[in-house]
Amino acid sequence: MAPAIKLVGIDKSFGAVHANKDINLNVSAGSVHGIIGENGAGKSTLMSILYGFYKADAGDIFVNGEKLNIHASQDAIDAGIGMVHQHFMLVDTFSVLENIILGAEGGALLRKGVDKAREELNRLEREYELEVDIDALIGDLPVGLQQRVEILKALYRGAQILVLDEPTGVLTPQEADHLFRILNALKDQGKTIILITHKLREIMAITDAVSVMRQGEMVAHRETAKTSTEELAELMVGRKVLLRVEKGEASPAHAVLEVENLTATDKSGVVRVKGVSFNVRAGEIVGIAGVSGNGQSDLLAALSGITKVTGGKILINGKPFVGGPPQGAADVRHMGLAHVPEDRQRMGLVIPFEAWECSILGYHNEDECCRGPVIDRPKVIQESLRKMEAFDVRPQDPNLVTGNFSGGNQQKIVLAREIDRDPDILLVGQPTRGVDIGAIEFIHKRLIEMRDAGKAVLLVSVELDEIMSLSDRILVMFDGHIVGEIPASEANERILGLMMAGINPDDDEEAA
Amino acid sequence: MKKLLSIAAVAITMSAAVSIAADFKPGIIYDLGGKFDKSFNEGVYNGAEKFKKEFGIEYRGFEIANDSQREQAMRNFARRGIDPILAVGFSQAAAVEKVAKEFPKVRFAIIDMVVNLPNVESIVFKEHEGSFLVGILAAMSAKSGKVGFVGGMDIPLIRKFACGYVGGVKHVNAKMDVFQNMTGSTGAAWSDPVKGGELAKSQFDRGADVVYHAAGGTGIGVLQAAADAGKLGIGVDSNQNHLHPGSVLTSMLKRVDVAAYNTFKAAKDGTWKAGFSALGLKEDGVGWALDDNNAKLVSADMKAAVAKATQEIVSGKIVVHDYMADSKCPY
Amino acid sequence: MAGPMGTDIPRWANVVVLPIVNLIAAFLVSGLVVLIIGENPLEVVQILIWGAFGFEEAIGYTLFYATNFIFTGLAVSIAFHCMLFNIGGEGQAYIGGLGITLVGLHFGFLPPIVLIPLCVIGAALFGAAWAFIPAYLQAKRGSHIVITTIMFNFIASSVMVYLLVNVLIQPGSMQPESREFGEAAIPFVHEALAWLGVEFAESPWNLSFLWALVCCVLVWGYVWHTRWGYEMRTVGTSPTAAAYAGISETKSIIVTMCISGALAGFLGLNEIMGYHHRLLLHFSGGYGFVGIAVALMGRSHPVGVCLAAILFGALYQGGAELSFEIPTITRELVIVIQGLVIIFAGALEFMFKPQVEAVFRWFMPRRSAAAPAE
Repeated sequence: MAPAIKLVGIDKSFGAVHANKDINLNVSAGSVHGIIGENGAGKSTLMSILYGFYKADAGDIFVNGEKLNIHASQDAIDAGIGMVHQHFMLVDTFSVLENIILGAEGGALLRKGVDKAREELNRLEREYELEVDIDALIGDLPVGLQQRVEILKALYRGAQILVLDEPTGVLTPQEADHLFRILNALKDQGKTIILITHKLREIMAITDAVSVMRQGEMVAHRETAKTSTEELAELMVGRKVLLRVEKGEASPAHAVLEVENLTATDKSGVVRVKGVSFNVRAGEIVGIAGVSGNGQSDLLAALSGITKVTGGKILINGKPFVGGPPQGAADVRHMGLAHVPEDRQRMGLVIPFEAWECSILGYHNEDECCRGPVIDRPKVIQESLRKMEAFDVRPQDPNLVTGNFSGGNQQKIVLAREIDRDPDILLVGQPTRGVDIGAIEFIHKRLIEMRDAGKAVLLVSVELDEIMSLSDRILVMFDGHIVGEIPASEANERILGLMMAGINPDDDEEAA
Repeated sequence: MKKLLSIAAVAITMSAAVSIAADFKPGIIYDLGGKFDKSFNEGVYNGAEKFKKEFGIEYRGFEIANDSQREQAMRNFARRGIDPILAVGFSQAAAVEKVAKEFPKVRFAIIDMVVNLPNVESIVFKEHEGSFLVGILAAMSAKSGKVGFVGGMDIPLIRKFACGYVGGVKHVNAKMDVFQNMTGSTGAAWSDPVKGGELAKSQFDRGADVVYHAAGGTGIGVLQAAADAGKLGIGVDSNQNHLHPGSVLTSMLKRVDVAAYNTFKAAKDGTWKAGFSALGLKEDGVGWALDDNNAKLVSADMKAAVAKATQEIVSGKIVVHDYMADSKCPY
Repeated sequence: MAGPMGTDIPRWANVVVLPIVNLIAAFLVSGLVVLIIGENPLEVVQILIWGAFGFEEAIGYTLFYATNFIFTGLAVSIAFHCMLFNIGGEGQAYIGGLGITLVGLHFGFLPPIVLIPLCVIGAALFGAAWAFIPAYLQAKRGSHIVITTIMFNFIASSVMVYLLVNVLIQPGSMQPESREFGEAAIPFVHEALAWLGVEFAESPWNLSFLWALVCCVLVWGYVWHTRWGYEMRTVGTSPTAAAYAGISETKSIIVTMCISGALAGFLGLNEIMGYHHRLLLHFSGGYGFVGIAVALMGRSHPVGVCLAAILFGALYQGGAELSFEIPTITRELVIVIQGLVIIFAGALEFMFKPQVEAVFRWFMPRRSAAAPAE
């Protein structure tokens, strides 16, 4: 039987960036095939070529043995390829049904297409355990269900080959498990699935075969059963990596950050943090777990002074703090708090700025970088270079535009800036999102060092592995509340996953 | 650079030589509105075209694009031997004053402003007198006792029109209402027929029977609105009676075409004189239009009243107040 | 992350080659128009260039216009750095002229060395004040600055007509303009050169030009070398990063717009204090709007703005000579040519980018190892 997808000699450059180098890939029909690689390894580019977003400079694409010229996504859809993007392509104000038939309305009048679609969708839902209310508005659905809509959309268009790009990034472990069940059902029906991810655990859990990409090249093909996470990690990074964080016992001292009954709203005034209380002591890492969008971001914004606290109290080193624009974020820095934001692209850095400029963001009014109103450019550049050396930022060029650094190096620029000020407490949001394995290792080591130096660290992450391996204590946020706190030593994925979904694990146990 | 400069020098001398070869070459510098403004720049253009047709003499015209070009254009003309140079519009006064001093042998003329120099002819019009006459006609045909006026931009010149018009209306009936509106405060006020139409319409809605415009291209909309509403409009500058036969009561004529023609002709014949002329009813510089298109609208009584007023103004018995004299309108 | 945006052609190619390609395209299309009306495009280009730079007076006029464009171009470009689209340069310039006029009328007796700085302050204050209101509304109320600045152009126009017709006019004059200020004025360049013993043809080109160049340097320093400029650029590039850094967006917007308004206000220095010596109706003559094109073409960098301003100055002056030399090329056609330059340099700024990049890639050796840090 011909492979479902066969790529031969695919080559693609963007300017001097050689994103795909002579890629060969065989995906057998009816299998789940994983593609792993660090950020920037070229996975997304490859899939975009397959789906007709980009045109390859060279190489051929065969689908079910037939050579195909893919110029636009419609060609890919016609060939039975469906794509579920990392960022959903759905219209929030449309219903599920309307979203699914979008682009496949079947004529100028909606009525006929709608009736047909309804029937077809009901069939698909039954077949694949894809239950979703097809008349609900997309905006009202949780992300897990939105993802199902994306899958339904692809199936509705007759996809035989389904490509999923980082599908579990926004899901709770339970939701992810459900997704894997769906994928297995699809596989049983003879569909072919390509799963793009950087999570080794998922690869081991669900795929039949796996291909590893590194720096634009396809470096290895393995049968999943015959490989291990250690081998795959090594293939991805190109050297041996330490997957577990090594750390000693914490020795927490006095509370540096105290939060009492805090409430906070987002930009549009919706209450997102609903009365949370906790503290972070010097010499410990407190992790906040939770599915993204449950108030963690707004908690960080309030603690770092970006938004105004609407209720409750924040004490930093015993001193009260209210925050809010325009001065809040600047004030809190002077109180000894540093903040590595969740979204380094939009918050932590100014992407079109040069690296040295980003190295003073938030500290640009400090005496050491200015002479009067004039920024002391040579001095700042020199300082920036020093920080880059200390944090192993590559390339070590303070004059390079920030956007030209890779995700990991961008994150290191932020970390270098914030840690270099020797803060008493460090807020860290998603420190390793979109960061390659090598840099993750480095960043984790630095955070542990901070802790061991007697600093307080508050870590917010949606990656449970990260929370569990770094934290000394774990708080779980759900719907704006802190629904639980457990010592890291007692935490496991199942307990945290249930808490993240708002279910008390004890109740669940009883029910089970 | 040097090469360019020498080319420039050659070009200048060449063009100078060419213009000396041709004996007589008049020029016109239009105001910002441009020569096809359906108003008084166009009047000058028509006069010059008439001159060209009659005597077969070519003339040069230049439409400026910004204020700084006035002086430049004038100097350019003078340097190339263009003579006489007719400057259209009051805005040119400063430029004429400056350039006329630099080129004392070149003859200049300016319309709508006075420049006191030995080589400048200044032509102004007594628009208030013409407006007075159409004011009389408006008052006599307005059964409602209300008339209107739509101006272009709120500048003294337009207030002069308005003031003369109000004078004429009150001359017939001191109790009559005169609605006045100006169209805008930018140059667009001279070429906004839609807004002109709206203003006229609102005046008709308030009961006006006749609306007089002094608004250039904007006035086209005023006259259209009058025709649509079955009321009467009054045109300005040139004879606009033909635009909507039966709906244009009359037009206040400002004979800039005659002025342009006369200046060129006098210069050609060698009878040109510097100095100042104010063209009013007496000099036939302003007037009102009567033709087939509006014959039915103007009754014998009206004709008689206007004729009487004309005669009294010419004789000095009636002095129509000139707004420009004291920036006030006593009516 | 490698994306379609991740190009690696040298920066100067984007900054220098692209505008030149745009300019050539604009001239080619203009050439077609000229052909259609039956003139020789080559001759037209020759006259255009000769008319703009061919003799001293032409250079004077070109640089006189360029001075206007530098001021308004800088005004628009500094606002761009804060991601504000200031369309109100026209109104700010107009009101800035009022500031100069008030100084000129009331302090005309002072010696130039005192009077001219006072005029600079007057222009800056009035221009800034006129920009402050839309800025405040944007920063505090979220009223979109494009809308409010457009409205303020009209309000400025109305205010000035009222003042000129009723308050500032010389009694008995027909002309809505103020009286002449008197002797003190910004010296013309030909006068200044005469003091140095150099002869130069008479033109309206005056020493405001030097102030324009000084402003370029000041703007450059402010934007890239002060912490205020740093804050402004941060707000303009990434408001979320600005909030994170504790930078007040409100303050940045208001300060930037006031600077922008002050720069636009300087237009009056050149037009009023430098040339007309009295306040004219609509002296701002559309320079504020052309400033937008100048800023776009100059890539919001003072050096670029200077070059673009000289280009537009040349188009204005060369265009005037053109309609003198070839009467069939009316001023409308000159505007068409200017418009084409604006379209190609402004609206279609990046139209040729892929082609230019392709050409560069063709000539450049493939530097596969140069992909930074991936």
